Parts: sequence; C-alpha cells; structure tokens
Amino acid sequence: MEIKSNIKKFSFYRRKTANVIMLSLSLLAALVTLAPLIFIFYYTISKGIAHLNVDFFTKLPTPVGEPGGGMVNGIVGTLILVAIGGGIGIPVGIFTGTYLSEFGHNKFGAVVRFLTDVLSGVPSIVVGVVAYTLVVVPMKHFSALAGGVALAILMIPTITRTTEEMIKLVPQSFREAGLALGIPKWKITLMVVLKTAWKGIATGILLGLSRAAGETAPLLFTALDNRFWSTNIFQPIASLTVYIYTYASAPYKDWNDQAWTAALVLIILISLLSLIFRIITRSKYKTTN
Amino acid sequence: MEIIEQVKTESVPKNIPMDLGHVKISVQDLSAFFGKTKVIKNVSIDIPEKKVLAIIGPSGCGKSTFLRSINRMHEVARGTITGKIIIDDEDVMKIDPVYLRRKIGMVFQKPNPFPTMSVFNNVVAGLKLNGFRNRKALKEIVEKTLKQAALWDEVKDMLNKSGAALSGGQQQRLCIARTIAVNPEVILMDEPASALDPISTAKIEELIFELKKDYTIVIVTHNMQQAARVSDYTAFFYMGELVEFNDTKKMFTAPSKKQTEDYITGRFG
Repeated sequence: MEIKSNIKKFSFYRRKTANVIMLSLSLLAALVTLAPLIFIFYYTISKGIAHLNVDFFTKLPTPVGEPGGGMVNGIVGTLILVAIGGGIGIPVGIFTGTYLSEFGHNKFGAVVRFLTDVLSGVPSIVVGVVAYTLVVVPMKHFSALAGGVALAILMIPTITRTTEEMIKLVPQSFREAGLALGIPKWKITLMVVLKTAWKGIATGILLGLSRAAGETAPLLFTALDNRFWSTNIFQPIASLTVYIYTYASAPYKDWNDQAWTAALVLIILISLLSLIFRIITRSKYKTTN
Repeated sequence: MEIIEQVKTESVPKNIPMDLGHVKISVQDLSAFFGKTKVIKNVSIDIPEKKVLAIIGPSGCGKSTFLRSINRMHEVARGTITGKIIIDDEDVMKIDPVYLRRKIGMVFQKPNPFPTMSVFNNVVAGLKLNGFRNRKALKEIVEKTLKQAALWDEVKDMLNKSGAALSGGQQQRLCIARTIAVNPEVILMDEPASALDPISTAKIEELIFELKKDYTIVIVTHNMQQAARVSDYTAFFYMGELVEFNDTKKMFTAPSKKQTEDYITGRFG
C-alpha cells in the first residue's frame, strides 16, 4: 500500500516537472523564432523612419551629394516586376498544382512533382542567369520583362505545391457529390474543388509574391536598375531591392540611411499585400464545417 | 451430372419468381473488381420501377460497390465491372457517365453539401453548373424540390446561408433535394441515415416513402428495421454474392434461405 502511494507521488511530481520543462522549452523556441522578426522591425523602423516622408514616395533619386529625393521609381518598379511575375507565375502555378492533384496520379505527374521540388531549391541567382539567357540575350538589353520572368520562375514552385496540397485537403466527398449530379469533372474541379481550396491557395500566392518582391540577385542581371522614371516593361527598371543593395553598399551616409527607408517601405508594401489578400479571401459564410 | 447442376444453382442463386411490375434496371451477371479482388460475384437482379429496393448485408459484402456500379460511380474509385446493367433498354456502360448520372442520382452516407455554396445554390448546383441560369425558373425549382425534400419550412428564411450551416439531418435532406433537382429517374442511397439521429432518420424514411411515387429508389442500409420499414423488396448480399432477393415482407417473416434468416435475426454479421 505504501509502495503504491509512493509510486503515485513520484510519478505525479515527475509528470508535473516534465510538463513544466517541456512547456518552457516550447515557449523559448517560440521566442527564438519571433526574435529576428522583432529585431528586423525594430531596426528598419528606427533607422528608416527618418527619411520616410512624402518626397520618398513622389520624387526620383537625387545624384550623389545632393540631399533629399525619393524612390518613387523603385516602388513602382517593384510593383511592376511583381505584377509581371505574378501574371505569369500565378496561373502557371495554380494550373500545375491542380493538374498534379486532380489528374497527375501517373508517372508524368510524379516527374513534374519532383522537378517542381528541385526548382524550389534552385538558388535565385541561378534563376536570374536563366532569365538572362532566355530573355535578355535575345532582346539584347535588360528589361522589366526579364526581371518579371525571373520572379515568375521563383514563384511557380511555391504556388504549385501549395495549390496541390490545399486541393488535396478538399474532401473526396465533394467531388463525388458533384460527379453524382452529372457535372463534368473539369467544372467540379473549377467550381467546387478550387473554390473550396481557394483560401489556402491564396496564402501560397501571397508567399510567392512576397518572396518575389524581396528578391535582389535575379534582378541584377535581368531588370538591372534605372535612375529615371520608367514604366516601360521593355526597358531596364528600378526596384526597391536593387536600390537597397546599391544604397546600402555605397560609401555615402545619406544613401545608407535611404537604404533603410527603402527596406521599411518594402516591408510595408508586403504587409499591405498580405492585408489585401486577407480581405479579398475572407469567407463569404461565417459558419464552415 | 445432376450433382454439378445442383451445385451450380446453389452458388448462383436465381431470383425468386415475383411480380415486379415494370423493370427499370436489369442487372445481368454483374461482377465488380478492385484490382484483382472480386468484390461482387455474378449478381443478377431486376430492379422494379417506382419501388424501393433495400440492399442489406454485413460490411464488406459489396453492397456499396453494387450501388455505385449502377451509376458508374465505381469508376471514381477505379473499380471495373463485367456483366451488364441495363436501364430502359440501354447499357449503362455505353452511356456517357455524365448523362447517366443525371438520370441516376445518388445520396451518400455522410451529408456532403458544397460548403462554398448557399442553401439555394446547393439545391440547384447540378443545374447551374450545367449551364442552366434562368433565375426565375431556378427559384421555382428550389422551392419545389425543398418542399419535396420536406425541408422548405425549415430553411426558407436562410436560403442564402451556407449549406454547411444546417444540421446534419437538414444537410442530408438538402443533399436529397439537390439530387432530385436535376430530375433523375432513379435515386441511389448509400446508407443515407446512418450518420443521423433517430428523429432525422425518421424524416428521411418518411421522405423515401413519398419519393417512391415518382422515383425508383435503391437504398443500401445496415439497419434491418429501416429496410423492413421503407422498402418493397429486399436483396441480401453476402461475400459479394446475392443470397436472396425477395418481397420485403416475405424476407423478414419467412426468408427462403438459412443465411438470410441467420443474418436478419442477428446470428452473424
């Protein structure tokens, strides 16, 4: 009897202690994950806020030594590059993901799935070289289009795999319900399956766009840079990331400060994008199964 | 020679002669396979028009597969069949599955309304997704079919809410409404009440009773009482074989096969 109660006591404290230790470890890990993000926000805001004014969003960059100026061309450039990338990458990604999940249960599907995974591991600078060879060389000059193509290639694996995974989560019973109503399979895929999975797919698109918006390396030899105002997609174009790269590595204090502001603006843009996505993908119905 | 003949009749049971009225679907020597596994073994049965046929039998006896092969839903699960299923003199394997399924609707075990669609759109999903867009006609169809499915009074004020917002029993009646909205001739039901509470089950059973005036119904059920209550004819499947096909009353009072009696009295299965 005594032994039994001792065992009970011992295991009770052991269990409690183990619980506390494990809980603290998880909490610590969560903090470690959060810390870099907090530091990034802290530094970019504290250092970038100084130059964050109307001029930054309305004026072109000034020559070295001349104070003031902004990066309106870089902001618009980044938006154009991401738009081109998304315009190519989103449809290709969604269609590929849909194919893999709904129709790709064969050898070809397995090969595509494997290659998509390989593509997601290809360094972005290598993707830049590919876009250079595919677009810049035949066009004989750098262009926003080439930059957009590079960004699209970077987005495709993310969007493809998220689409595939999200579509897989749609219960088979919805497909069967549609088929039993005599609805052709492609319509079920489009109007039932994709619609049900849409929220998750949107998250994948957002991840892809955000990653693309933050890329520098593939833009260096595709979109290049442009000190002037340009919205022509067949000409070189400025971007926030390339500006951050050149301004941060320049030996001028003035430029370094503006690089921080550019970084802050980039973060704000991506956050805005995320917010817009949340709003447009908000479920029409509050109650879901 | 005589012995062989006897064995044959034992292993391939013949239908008991009955007056079935007009035969809607004639299943002839049907076998179904998943890969190399034969899950239905040479089943022949005539399904009478505008009557309820219940299919009973223990789990894994091929009831669902049999039901699914009638509107070729077995193909979705990559099953294959041999033999023939004739509906109104047409071989189902020769009809495009999309058209066939408009003629032979199906209600599933778990209610599966489309969660991204409103109650209204769920009812007319089959029509809308097939290009029927006359708003006024759709409205009439929604009201008519929801009344037919005994659901109109409960949902008439929430037609714009999500189909998933309804209770389980309401969802299942919504699925039945969705099925009859495309105006089928046959309705297949795969344990339509097994996920529902007794009150919802009773409603579904009443509904089946009403629906058989207009539709030919085949229902798979695990619930023997349910089969006895709702059906006119009952077929007992065991290990992929049709053991007995009989008038429901006879089946539950004086079954002609020992196996049937053992099953319905709960001695196995």
